[in-house]
Amino acid sequence: MTGTLLDLARIFATLSLLAVGGGNTLLPEMQRQVVGVHSYMSADQFAALYALAQAAPGPNMLVATLIGWHVAGLAGALVATLALCLPSSLLTLAVGGLWWRFREAAWRRRVQVGLVPATSGLILGGALVLCLSTSRDWRFAAVTALAAAGTLLTRLNPLWFLAAAAGIGIIVG
Amino acid sequence: MTHAESPPPPTLRALFVGFLAIGLSGFGGVLPWARRVVVERRRWLSEAEFTDLLGLCQFLPGPNVINLSVALGARFRGVAGSAACFAGLMAAPMVIVLVLGALQARYGALPVVQHLFRGLAAGASGLVLATAIRIGAPLRRHPAGLAIGLGAAAALALARLPLLPVLLAAAPLGILLTRRSGR
Repeated sequence: MTGTLLDLARIFATLSLLAVGGGNTLLPEMQRQVVGVHSYMSADQFAALYALAQAAPGPNMLVATLIGWHVAGLAGALVATLALCLPSSLLTLAVGGLWWRFREAAWRRRVQVGLVPATSGLILGGALVLCLSTSRDWRFAAVTALAAAGTLLTRLNPLWFLAAAAGIGIIVG
Repeated sequence: MTHAESPPPPTLRALFVGFLAIGLSGFGGVLPWARRVVVERRRWLSEAEFTDLLGLCQFLPGPNVINLSVALGARFRGVAGSAACFAGLMAAPMVIVLVLGALQARYGALPVVQHLFRGLAAGASGLVLATAIRIGAPLRRHPAGLAIGLGAAAALALARLPLLPVLLAAAPLGILLTRRSGR
């Protein structure tokens, strides 16, 4: 049990410092660790837990809470969540003041713009990893495409598309 | 912060309650709600200050909105402020998501629940796809940047390479490239 908690802490603390460009960039690596390396759950279960975290209020990174809970109960939930948040939070605390001082610096803007290819690629990788397990046939692939298009092209709250997707899931089985 | 004309910094209680509201309303993405509460309702930061702070939180590793809670709390009340904002942001959503998780574990074997989750998961994939497209949209006019992004995605999702080597290749390449193109 303690070994499992340590594993969870190590996995998510490492992820915390690799999450350049936000939490969603972690999806491919999180899935690789949780499904592939440690075999805590199937790819389907991972996609379901991520969907649950997205449908619930709060940061989507609550998927870490759910994974921890799935693997080691309440202690696992707390360990995974804190491990994912603490290292990056401490870094933010340490660097926050410096950032304010360099706000006019040209390199800061350049680095921010320059990270766009990597960040968008990482998030696209996460989307692909999820799609590979959620697109079980053309109908579910169509649900994914419609949810993506609806989010991009309308100003509706994305929650409506999640609700519609869940409804379609019940209907088509 | 020491300017005579600036209002007194928010109390720890106000920070906690403000972020509690952000955490509870953040369906399908918390950042728009964070802006609404921090800038419009509570007037803790101006629009420009918020954008700047958000820039920091996107620049540093870690979930953006969690970094935002930590940085904003620290600016007003030091480490205690960070803890108040972080706890406010995470408390309610953690409880809700665990209750939902317990319900799913209990009733997940029912066919109707399984079908619901298949649909929900397909929709969730679509939302992540939309986020990737929205963030990558500026790359339309930068073929090399687009290639780096697509390469990183394929390396992670199809070749299943670990994140660290992919990041170490894609991030410096992207930064080098934007410097070349003089932006």
